[in-house]
Amino acid sequence: MQLESTMQGTTLVIRALDDRIDAAAAIQFKERMRDLTAVPSARVILDLARVHFLDSSGLGAVVAVMKLLAPDRPLELAGLTPTVEKVFRLTRMDTIFTIHRGLEAGLRQAG
Amino acid sequence: MAETAIELTSGAKSVREGLRRALRGPPFDRLAMVDRSNAEIVLAEVLNNIAEHAYAGRPGPIRLWVAREPGRLCLRVEDEGRPMPGHRLPPDRLPAPGELAEGGFGWHLIRALASDLRYDRCGSLNRLCFHLRTEQSAG
Repeated sequence: MQLESTMQGTTLVIRALDDRIDAAAAIQFKERMRDLTAVPSARVILDLARVHFLDSSGLGAVVAVMKLLAPDRPLELAGLTPTVEKVFRLTRMDTIFTIHRGLEAGLRQAG
Repeated sequence: MAETAIELTSGAKSVREGLRRALRGPPFDRLAMVDRSNAEIVLAEVLNNIAEHAYAGRPGPIRLWVAREPGRLCLRVEDEGRPMPGHRLPPDRLPAPGELAEGGFGWHLIRALASDLRYDRCGSLNRLCFHLRTEQSAG
């Protein structure tokens, strides 16, 4: 599970580089996210634009990361592709995350 | 009716590989994007459930049959692992979003996208049959 992190102002941006977050990648994703978010920042945005598939294990891992960062930094998501968006919508987890259309929109908006 | 048979081995990595192989071939490769995406979500959940629960992480055979009918796919998935508790499908219980549950979404996704779900324990086999609508896909 490849993730790339950059600091944009006071916002930590983490970009998922693989095209799937599934049962085979979920544990590694969670561990890498825990390491990468150890640096202080005002906000954390996870850019999922390259992720074409996320299953319930991947969703669970994203929720786990959200809980790891709470309550100081709510995990924000950006760039959901159609299948990923559908999994969030069908499980109603789209109601608990701040979801930006794209990374640029997320960075423009105040957390 | 042409039927496609796909064999794979349980385990998160081999399920991912098997799913990739299946979706690249017929009949999935001829489906509209939205229908293919629904098939990928449902099959990933079904296959990972088998790997995690029926086989409890051990390797074991999984067989998948797919037939395309007008407006739908008919699927059958069989494994030789442990039966479903009570020999029946688990109830549809979606965790409330506020619970921040990290699991329990799989069967809800299957039920939301598949229809006519049927589970049977046949001797030492688990057999799951269901339909997927493919109305967005041309003939």
